[in-house]
Amino acid sequence: MTAIPAAVPTGPVAAGPAAPARRLSPLTGIENTLTLTWRSLLKIRTNMEDLVGLSLQPIMFLVLFTYVFGGAISGSTHGYLQYALPGLLVQSVLFATLGTGLMLNADITGGVFDRFRSLPIARWAPLAGAILGDMARYMISVAVMLGFGMVLGFRILTSPLAAAAGCALVLGFALAMCWISALIGLLARTAQGVQVFGFTVMFPIVFASNLLVPARTMPGWLQAFVRVNPMSDLATATRGLMTGGPAAGAAVKSALWALGIVVVFAPIAVRVYRRKT
Amino acid sequence: MTSAFETEGLVKRFGTTTALAGVDLSARTGTVFGLLGPNGAGKTTAVRILATLLRPDSGTARVAGYDVVREAYQVRQLIGLTGQYASVDDGLTGLNNLVMIGRLLGLPRRDAKARAVELLARFELSDAAGRAAKTYSGGMRRRLDLAASLVGRPQVLFLDEPTTGLDPSARTDTWTMIRRLVADGVTVLLTTQYLEEADLLAQDIAVIDHGEVIATGTPDQLKARTGGQVLEVAPDDRVRLGEVAGILMGLTGAAAETDIATGRVTVAVADAAALPEIVRRLDASGIVLAGFALRKTSLDEVFLALTGHRAKHEQAPSGGRGQPARPASAEPVPAAAAAGSREAEESHR
Repeated sequence: MTAIPAAVPTGPVAAGPAAPARRLSPLTGIENTLTLTWRSLLKIRTNMEDLVGLSLQPIMFLVLFTYVFGGAISGSTHGYLQYALPGLLVQSVLFATLGTGLMLNADITGGVFDRFRSLPIARWAPLAGAILGDMARYMISVAVMLGFGMVLGFRILTSPLAAAAGCALVLGFALAMCWISALIGLLARTAQGVQVFGFTVMFPIVFASNLLVPARTMPGWLQAFVRVNPMSDLATATRGLMTGGPAAGAAVKSALWALGIVVVFAPIAVRVYRRKT
Repeated sequence: MTSAFETEGLVKRFGTTTALAGVDLSARTGTVFGLLGPNGAGKTTAVRILATLLRPDSGTARVAGYDVVREAYQVRQLIGLTGQYASVDDGLTGLNNLVMIGRLLGLPRRDAKARAVELLARFELSDAAGRAAKTYSGGMRRRLDLAASLVGRPQVLFLDEPTTGLDPSARTDTWTMIRRLVADGVTVLLTTQYLEEADLLAQDIAVIDHGEVIATGTPDQLKARTGGQVLEVAPDDRVRLGEVAGILMGLTGAAAETDIATGRVTVAVADAAALPEIVRRLDASGIVLAGFALRKTSLDEVFLALTGHRAKHEQAPSGGRGQPARPASAEPVPAAAAAGSREAEESHR
């Protein structure tokens, strides 16, 4: 097999590379990823629905849970807000991870991925770019939740540093979860498929936990599930880091969970992604 | 002569469906190569393999001498792809869609922007540059998609049914654009369902059906092989259909087809000079006409004629598989022969 390229035709085409490069440098891969991250960020700006969803949903959850359930659960809405906000933080970011799958799915069904795959870019860049870009979405969600929570009366009782660590923990966990979301986005045939996953898997995981209520009043079997549910650890850790209480053990546990999810799902997602290529 | 791209014995299966059953194609540099075929013939599969999006099950495909599987990275630096469905990012503006591609291709920010602005102007999208692509009309999206495939100044451009679903004026614009690209030295692979389109643009055409190349040649060669034009005659009195058919066959030497349901007789006409004589003869026989029309061979008729032709050649020991695709015979087969073989085949059933 000769590697001699065809004669480069004259005219504007000659301005292109005379002989194509043999291999893609890792630096190019990072550049590609940053370009695609930029793309994701631009989409947040141009896509009003997404922006509204990202900011309105946390506000809605906060208002509804605090004023509808707060009094009944904790006796006072303020007391409940202190308990529930860290949990709601976890919940809204987790729901936001579904966006990763939805976007990947839209890219695949819409043909944008075909375009990427026909370009001389790193194979993993579109995946990495989508996930990095989503981190910005999660940060918006966290910022809105915390900011609006403060307006309603939520107070950080530890230190700004500890609270920041709590946010970082939630974001780190979201980064792990979005690999699962990415996998679903790659496997689902339609956007509805991704949504169905959201409702059937995310809802039980989020609600069968101590995110919104303490597990005390739940039946034993459910308590058992709540105890092993990583969301409970994540919420306990975040709560501890923001409003005081034991946090270290739960934080370590949720970090390990996040790590485990990445170790298991990232390779599968990358593999499925490559197979699509 | 250098091949801009070529395939040899390309096979691709999806489950039990065979999309490509040993396809050989070869395109000369700086020409438009038309890949003609009905829906599901395998056109898109061939394009996707050439554009490194799919791996062939067997056979090879090369672009500018680079193997699309082993040297995909090199191939990707040389090609542009516009699929059947516009693959632009709806959430981005037209400008940013193109800037993104430029950046991905390694252009510095300023150059990527300049190239994007230039292409938007060329495709008359400057006014819509700042709008999200989701607000674009179908034609605008197609143009943006086409522009996106040109950001990297490809040597080989794959256009998969670029005009399907476009209105006539948008279609003409696309044709003009393709001609300009070829004038600049780009090689274009154009897939289409429209014979007319391939006829207007392509220097070479391969016709595929059921994943097999059933004919190749220049547009003129193919037209000569399929009769070029079709005459439709409808007598006012359907009782006289048989008589009409007899006259037509006698004067054209081609097999006439009688459709009793529509009351029409159709016949391939190789030479339009026969028409006055046909009219005179019909008139002399006292046949009153309800319809008399000469039209171009439709794609259906091309396929019918070509499939009949292929059936004859498959019996020959040298099937030509694995060889670069060439017309089975360099000489145009007279329409009458092609039509005749079709009839012969049908009478066997």
